[in-house]
Amino acid sequence: MRVAEDIVLDVAHLDTRVGSQVVHRDLSLQVRRGEVLAVVGGSGSGKTTLLRQMLGLERPAAGRVEVFGVDLARADARALAGVRGRWGVLFQQGGLFSALSALDNVALPLRELRCLDDALVREVAALKLAMVGIGPEHHGKRPSQLSGGMARRVGLARAIALDPELLFLDEPTASLDPVLARGFVALLRELAAELAPTVVIITHDRETVEALASRVAVLARGRLAAVGEVARVAALDDPAVAAFFRSGEAPGPSAPGDTGHRSAGD
Amino acid sequence: MPGMQSEIGPAAGGASSPGWQVEGGAPGEPGRLRLTGGWHLQAIARRQRMLADALARLARHHPAHGWDLRDVARIDTLGATLLWRVWGRQLPDRILLRPEQHALFARLEAAGAARGAGEPAPDARDATGTGFARQALSHAADLVSLFGQFLLDLGRVLARPSRLPWRDLSAAVFRTGAQALPITAIVGFLVGVVFCYLSGRQLQQFGADVFIVNLLGITVVRELGPMLAAILVAGRSGSAITAQIGVMRLNQELDAMTVLGIAHGLRLVLPRVLALALVLPLLVVWTSLATLAGGVVAAQVELGLSAGQFIERLRVTLPILNVGIGLLKGVVFGVLVAIVSCHFGLRTRPDTASLGRSVTASVVTAITVVILADAVFAVAFSGMGLRR
Repeated sequence: MRVAEDIVLDVAHLDTRVGSQVVHRDLSLQVRRGEVLAVVGGSGSGKTTLLRQMLGLERPAAGRVEVFGVDLARADARALAGVRGRWGVLFQQGGLFSALSALDNVALPLRELRCLDDALVREVAALKLAMVGIGPEHHGKRPSQLSGGMARRVGLARAIALDPELLFLDEPTASLDPVLARGFVALLRELAAELAPTVVIITHDRETVEALASRVAVLARGRLAAVGEVARVAALDDPAVAAFFRSGEAPGPSAPGDTGHRSAGD
Repeated sequence: MPGMQSEIGPAAGGASSPGWQVEGGAPGEPGRLRLTGGWHLQAIARRQRMLADALARLARHHPAHGWDLRDVARIDTLGATLLWRVWGRQLPDRILLRPEQHALFARLEAAGAARGAGEPAPDARDATGTGFARQALSHAADLVSLFGQFLLDLGRVLARPSRLPWRDLSAAVFRTGAQALPITAIVGFLVGVVFCYLSGRQLQQFGADVFIVNLLGITVVRELGPMLAAILVAGRSGSAITAQIGVMRLNQELDAMTVLGIAHGLRLVLPRVLALALVLPLLVVWTSLATLAGGVVAAQVELGLSAGQFIERLRVTLPILNVGIGLLKGVVFGVLVAIVSCHFGLRTRPDTASLGRSVTASVVTAITVVILADAVFAVAFSGMGLRR
């Protein structure tokens, strides 16, 4: 299929099944170059699985996922390697390699290129760590010795190690306390302005969406309930949209005392 | 109040214990069951069954009575659920509640409706024999493809040795090999002592003491050494490999590797398989030596056979081919144990229960596979290295 030049990520008629359970049904979504798209939805709406599809970690039951015009399920190793050199991913649990120090974690994507001088690699990795506010005193620490907030930032430093064109953030503020979360969002905003990548954020945090996203896609029960500019979508009269953007006002059994929901992961 | 008949329930006097009173009930006058005291977890816990029975009896005896909960000092979800079940999962027709109690029972009503609507489907997996067969088949298919991937990676690394993760390899050799030396030596030595002692006793009856060396030499070098080493390594290093890779799954490290374009086969499987293929033959030699040493000690004590005689006789009677068979077994067992352990590690799903199951399955499968392979070896080499 001939895609327009500025479509970075194209999900077309995607079906996902896990066992007998249908996670996505006929889901189509496009991400344009330079935009910050937030994929939101409640727990169990299938947003984490959608991210795994976008990363090629799950195989579609039907439909396809194209990143930079490469169909992830059908591409050969060389094409996949090309795609993987152009994206960065921040995993929800960090996904840091527990056997490596903070610096080595950030240096790993650079070392995997196997053509760079190690002194240069170390300097670039230290620079990336400085960009996320991690000083040299923490470079030698293992992920288990870092606090949750610091580990998240090291994960971000690794995600931007290759100056990716496409950056995936899975629940960037989940399980951070409100102060740390706000600080992390501010950091993301700075980096997005500096590196200007296309960003896909998976989140259930309204503040993150409002602070960062230019467009938002609302998932509900494996389908897209709405896609569009944040302000326009927020005004829509749809139950799934209302549940996300106006949860404070919405009546219902889950509304009162539902503070635990925001930090609960998928 | 005149004409009021009153029944006082157990412990009605204590303010915190649950109690009740039956009031009214004369013909034409609607009576009520008045609950008092605390209907909360601490007050109910030990008496839950007794209370439920008593209340059910009460409700049967006075079907026309209303319920009055306004004098209840404190009621929580547990107490409310207890009453809810006595009432048959609905509010009685006549009931007097305080406003905050209304909310509690409204929640119970909502929960009941939700449960009726979406009963979770039972997990049909693994329930049937075909499910088990399908599982076994999928494991077998995965193992074969993992082995194939290993061979491909091996070829790639042989063509370009710089691709081999040398650091991971040396770490694996140290952990699975050097650190296993004490335990294999102890186990081997003790097995040697016991084996030599028991067989020596039997041989003595025929005056064939010296043949203990023939017996011990061939069994230990060809069979016992490789088996002992492989089983110990499967329990020690196999479980460690599975747990390590399984935790990487929990931690999303495996996903991170995939996304970064780092192949699991090359980075995780290859160094571990190579390490065990390298280390296990050496451990076989080490374990066999320890077992023979145990035999030497027992032979000296039990049969009066000196160490010098033992070794000389061993040199004469043991075909050297058996050492080669032992080494070959070591290599094959090492590859098998490592492949099985990596397989179960990679198959781990991201939850802790799955990790535990994986490690257990990994060790059991590895030991079973080693014994099966040993049987194949016994058949394949049945005519070799044995004197007639």
